[in-house]
Amino acid sequence: MRAKRLAALAFVVLVIAALAVLPLFVKKDNIINLASLALLYVALASSWNILGGYAGQTNLGHAAFFGLGTLLTRFLWLGGWPLWAALLVGAVVPVILALIIGAPAFRLKGAYFAIGTLALAQVLNVTVANRWPMITSLPARYLATYRLMPRYYLFLAVAVLTVGVAYFLVKSRLGLGLMAVREEEDAAESLGVSGLRHKLLAFGVSAFLAGLAGGAFAFYHVGYYPQFPFSPAWTFDAVMATYIGGTGTIVGPIIGAVFYVIVKELLALKVVEAHLIIFGILFILVVLFLPGGLLEVWSKIRSALGGRAKSRKAALPAG
Amino acid sequence: MLAPIAQNLAFGILVGGLYGIAAVGLSLVFGVTRFLNVSHGELLMLGGYAGFWLYTLYHVDPFVGLPIVVLLMVVLGVILYKLLFAGMVKYPEETKVKNTLLVGFGLGLVLQNVALRLWTADDRGITTTYSSQVISLVGVRFPLVRVASFVIALVVLFALHQFLQRTYTGKAIRATVQDWEAATLMAIDVQKVYLLAFVLGTALAGMAGALVSVGYSIQPNMGLEWTLITLIVMVLGGLGSIMGTFVAGIILGVAQSLTSFWLGGAYRDIVALVLFLLVLILRPQGLFGAKEG
Repeated sequence: MRAKRLAALAFVVLVIAALAVLPLFVKKDNIINLASLALLYVALASSWNILGGYAGQTNLGHAAFFGLGTLLTRFLWLGGWPLWAALLVGAVVPVILALIIGAPAFRLKGAYFAIGTLALAQVLNVTVANRWPMITSLPARYLATYRLMPRYYLFLAVAVLTVGVAYFLVKSRLGLGLMAVREEEDAAESLGVSGLRHKLLAFGVSAFLAGLAGGAFAFYHVGYYPQFPFSPAWTFDAVMATYIGGTGTIVGPIIGAVFYVIVKELLALKVVEAHLIIFGILFILVVLFLPGGLLEVWSKIRSALGGRAKSRKAALPAG
Repeated sequence: MLAPIAQNLAFGILVGGLYGIAAVGLSLVFGVTRFLNVSHGELLMLGGYAGFWLYTLYHVDPFVGLPIVVLLMVVLGVILYKLLFAGMVKYPEETKVKNTLLVGFGLGLVLQNVALRLWTADDRGITTTYSSQVISLVGVRFPLVRVASFVIALVVLFALHQFLQRTYTGKAIRATVQDWEAATLMAIDVQKVYLLAFVLGTALAGMAGALVSVGYSIQPNMGLEWTLITLIVMVLGGLGSIMGTFVAGIILGVAQSLTSFWLGGAYRDIVALVLFLLVLILRPQGLFGAKEG
C-alpha cells in the first residue's frame, strides 16, 4: 500500500513538473492557450465538484462566483492594485456571497437549491450586462507588456491549488462529514455531523476557488464583455466536465475537463456548436447509464482485463 | 400618467397568461412525476418553431396550426419520456429530482444547439394579415393576436381543470400527486399516469411556444429564460394548484411590465428572479400552495 501511495505521489509530482516546463519546450502560443484553457476548466470543474460531487448539492450558479471573481479582480487590477491583492478580493467576495445565500438556500432541499443558484447567477448575469455594457479591454500600457507565460503559470497554480484543496479536504474529517451528509443527511445529523455547517463549508471553499479561477481569467483575457464570465455556459461546462469525468472523485473532474477542452477544440475546427450537441448527449448518457463517468469505464476495463477480480473477492466478507 | 400604466398592465396580463399556461405544464409534470424537467423552456421553443415552420413552409394559419403543434409535441413527449425519463421512475424522490434535473439540463443544451443549426440565431416570429389589428378599450390597446392567445390559454386551462376534476383519468392523476403508493394500491397504473402527465406538460409547453411565436418572437436561446420563468411561476403558484399557477403567471407578467415601465426594460428579468428568490426563502410552498409541496 505504501509503495502504491509513493508511486501515486511521484506521478503527481511528475505531471506538475511536466506542466511547469511545458512552455520551455512548446513555443506555439495556441498550444499554451489551449493548455491554459484546460487548466482553467480543471479548476472550474474541481471546484464545482467539491459542493456538487462530494456534498451532493447541485449548484447551477457556479458562473456567479466565477464571474464575480473576474469582475472584481479585473477592476481592482486595472485600477492599480497589485495582482495578488486583486485576486484575493476576487476570491473572498464570492465566499461572502455563498455564505449569505447558502444559509437560506440549504434549508430548501435538492431541486430548490439548484433552481435558486441558477436564478442567482441569472440575476448577476443580467445586472452586470445592464451596469457594464461596454467591453473591458486591457489599456495600452498593459498590452505592451502582455506575455502569455505568467498567465499560463497562474492558471497552473490555480488548478494545482484547487485540486490540492479538494484532495486534502476530502481526506480530512470534514470531507468524511461531507460525504456522510450527501449519502444520508438525517443519519449524519444523528451522529452529530451538522449538515448545514458542512454544506456551507463546501459551498464557501467551492466559491473561493471559482472566484480565484475567475481572477486568473481576468488577468489572462485581453478583451471581453464583463457579462461574459457570468454566462450560464460556464456552469454548464463545469457540470458536464465533472460528470463526464466522474463526479465525487478527485481525478474525475481533471480527466473530464481535459477531455472536454480537447474534444471541444477538435470539433470547433470543423463545426461550431456541434461540440455542445455531442457533449449534451454524452452528458445525458453518463447521468442515465454511467454515474461514475469515464473513471467508471476505466475501472470496468481494468477489472475486465482480470487481476482485479481476485483482490475484490478476497475483500468480500464470508457468507 | 394613468394611461401608460393601464397599457402596461394590459400587456402584463396578456403575456402572463402565456406564462401561466406554460408553467401549468411544468407544474403538472413536477407534481405528478417529481421530474424536474429544466428543458421545459426548450420544449416551448420547439413548439414555437413548429408553429413558425407550419406558417412559413405550409402557410398554415398559426391558430389553425395549433392542434398540429400540440400533436407534434405529444409525439415528442412520448419519445423523450420513453427514451430518457421512463427509467428514472423507480428512483427515490431526491435522486429522481436530481437526475431528471441533470438530464433535462443536458437535453436543453442539445435542443438549443440543434435549433441554432436548424433555424439560426435570428429572432423569428409569425406575422399574419391580422397581426397589426388592435382592439381599443377606453384608450388601452389590446393587440388582437395576444388577446386571442390569452383566451386560448384560458380555455385550455379550464378544459384541463375539468379533465382533472371530472374524469377517471384526471382523478388518477390527482391521486398520484397526493400519494403514488396509495394510488398503486388502488389499481392505478402509475407508469401510465406518469407518461400522461409528462406528455401533457410537453404539449402545454409547445402550445405556449406556438402562441409566443405569434404575438412575440422566438430565438433558439430563449429556453433558459422560459425555464426560469416557468419555474418561478410554478413555485410562486404553489404545486398542485392549476388556478394558482395561472394567477401567478399573470402576477409575474404584470410585475415585469410594470418594472420595465418604471425602471426600464433591462430590469424586467431581475424583478422576476428576485421575487423568486424571496418566495423560495420566505414561502417555499408558494403563494397559493396549502402545505409543503
